[in-house]
Amino acid sequence: MTTIAWLTIREAARRRVLWVLIGLTIVSVAVTGWGTERLASLARAGDVPELQIQVGVSQVLILVAFMFSFVLAMTAAFLGAPAIAADLESGVALALLARPIRRADLVVGRWLGLTIVVAAYSIASGLLEIGVVGLLTGHTPPEPWIAVVFLAGQATVLLTIALLFSTRLPAIASGAICVVLYGLAWMAGVFAGIGRVFGVDVFVGVAQASRWLFPSDGLWRGVIYGLEPPLVVFEATRAGVPAEANPFYASAPPPIGFIAWSIVWIALVVGLAVWSLNRREI
Amino acid sequence: MNTGPAVQTDRLAKRYGRVAALDGLTMSVDRGEVFGFLGPNGAGKTTAVKLLLGLARPTAGRAQVLGAPLGDRLTRRRIGYLPELFRYQPWLRAREVLALHCRLAGLARDRWSTEIEGVLALVGLADRAEDLVGTFSKGMQQRLGLGVALLGSPALVILDEPTSALDPVGRLDVRTIIRTARDRGTTVFLNSHLLTEVERVCDRVAIIDHGRVLEAGRLDELLGEPTLRVRVTDLSPAAAETLRPFGPLRLDGEWLTIQPLPPDKVPDVVAAIVAGGGRIHEVDVGRSSLEDRFLRLLTHGSLQQ
Repeated sequence: MTTIAWLTIREAARRRVLWVLIGLTIVSVAVTGWGTERLASLARAGDVPELQIQVGVSQVLILVAFMFSFVLAMTAAFLGAPAIAADLESGVALALLARPIRRADLVVGRWLGLTIVVAAYSIASGLLEIGVVGLLTGHTPPEPWIAVVFLAGQATVLLTIALLFSTRLPAIASGAICVVLYGLAWMAGVFAGIGRVFGVDVFVGVAQASRWLFPSDGLWRGVIYGLEPPLVVFEATRAGVPAEANPFYASAPPPIGFIAWSIVWIALVVGLAVWSLNRREI
Repeated sequence: MNTGPAVQTDRLAKRYGRVAALDGLTMSVDRGEVFGFLGPNGAGKTTAVKLLLGLARPTAGRAQVLGAPLGDRLTRRRIGYLPELFRYQPWLRAREVLALHCRLAGLARDRWSTEIEGVLALVGLADRAEDLVGTFSKGMQQRLGLGVALLGSPALVILDEPTSALDPVGRLDVRTIIRTARDRGTTVFLNSHLLTEVERVCDRVAIIDHGRVLEAGRLDELLGEPTLRVRVTDLSPAAAETLRPFGPLRLDGEWLTIQPLPPDKVPDVVAAIVAGGGRIHEVDVGRSSLEDRFLRLLTHGSLQQ
C-alpha cells in the first residue's frame, strides 16, 4: 500500500499538470492579492472606516476561497477519476496486480497518495492566499487553519468518490459525475438556506439528507466559518434568520457529529471502492 | 521443495455471461520446461493466463500453480509475468520501473542492484536504464517488460506474446533469454501467435481452441516422423523399388517422398538413388511444421478427450 502511495505521489510530482496547477495558483494568488490590496487602498483613501474595510476584505476572501474550493474540487475529481480506470485501461494494473499485492493495496495506496497530494496542495495554496491577502491588506481571518483543513476535507470527499467511480467507469465519465454531484450538493446547501428563511421544510429536509449523503457542501461551510470575522457573525445573528440564506455565510462550524460522519463516509467509500475492484474482472 | 507440475489445470472454466471463454481446460506444465500455449484469437489463451495469475476467478474447475491454489498471493512472489497489452509508467525511468517491481515482488533490498543490473544487461537495455519509459519504442518496452518478468529469478515466467513488437534480432534475443531462463531451472509458459518462434524454443506445446485443449505434447510427437523429399530424374522403376525397404515410398512426378524416415538413413537413400542411376536435383529433409499441424487441428477441430 505504501509503495503504491509513494508511486502516486511521485507520479503527481513528475506530471506537468501539477506544476501547471501550481503555476496557475501562484498567478491567481498574485492577482487576487493585488485586487484586494487595491480595494483596501482605495477604501482607505476614501476615509472608509478600517472595520468596514476589514469586513469587506473578509467577504472578498470568502469569495476567493469559494473559487479555490471549486478549482480544488475539480482537481480532486479529475485526479481521482483516472486513478484506477487509467491503470486498468493501459494495462499498468495487470503488471501491478500480478505481483503479490492485494487489490485493496492498489485502491488504498492510490487514495492515500492522492489524498496527500490534494491535502498538501489545498493547505499550501489556501495558506498562501490568506497570507498574501493578510500581508497586503492587514486582514487575517479568525481561523485560517480551520478554513484550510475543511478545504482539504472537501477536496478529499471529491477525490474519494471519484476513486470509487474509477473502479468501474472510464475516467471522463467518473470526473463528469463528480462535477455534477459537487454542483448538486452546493445547490442543495443554497436551497437549505432559502428553505430556512422562508420556512420551506421540505427544502431543508432534502438539503440535510443530501449533506449526509455527500458531505462536500457541509465541509465547505467549515471553510466559510474559518474565514468569517466574528463581527459579521455577531451582526448577522442580530439580524436574525435572513443571513442564513447567504451561501457564503456560516455562523457556526459544522457539528462534530457531521465531521465524524464525513470521516466515516470517506472510509466507507474507500471500502466500497476496494469491494468494487475486488469484484471486477480485470 | 515441491516437485509437482509448475501448472496443472483440471477442467478449468470461465464464463463471461453467456460466453464461455474457457470450457474445461485440462493441462499440465512440467517444472523447468518451456511450454508453448497456442491458439487462434479468442481461443481463451489470455483468459487462462489471467486465471493462473489470480487476476480473474474461474467459474468451474480447479488448478494449481507452483503447488498452490489459484490466486495464492505469496506464490506470486515466484512468478514473473509479461502481459500482452501492457504499459509501464511512462514517467518512470527504466531502472525505476525495475526497482518498483523489485519492491512489489518482495525482493530483499540488498538484491535489487544486482537483479536490476542483471536483467538490464540480459534484455539489452543497460545503456537506456536512465531513460524515461515514455521515450521507449514498443519493442524496447517489450524488452523492459521481459526484464520485469525475469526479476528475482522466478520459478515460473508467464510470457504473453513476448515478441510481437520485436524485430528479428530482438526475437533471436528473446529466444536466447528464454533458453537461458530454462537452463537456470525456470519454467517458461509462452503464449504466442508466432508459431515459428514457439517451434524453435518450446519443449512442449498445447494447442487450444474454444477454451479446450485440442492437442498437447512434445513437439516431435505433434509434428510426426521426419520426411525425406528428393527431386530426382532418370530413376528407373526397378531402382525405385530398391528403395522400398527404407519406408513407405511415394512418387509424384519428379518428387520422391519417403515418410517416415529416420534422419540417419538419409545418406543411405541418397547413395541408393545414385547407385540406381538417378540424378538428384534437390534433397529436403523435414517434417510438417507446427503451423501445418496447428492449421490442420483447427480445421478438423479434433478434440482431445
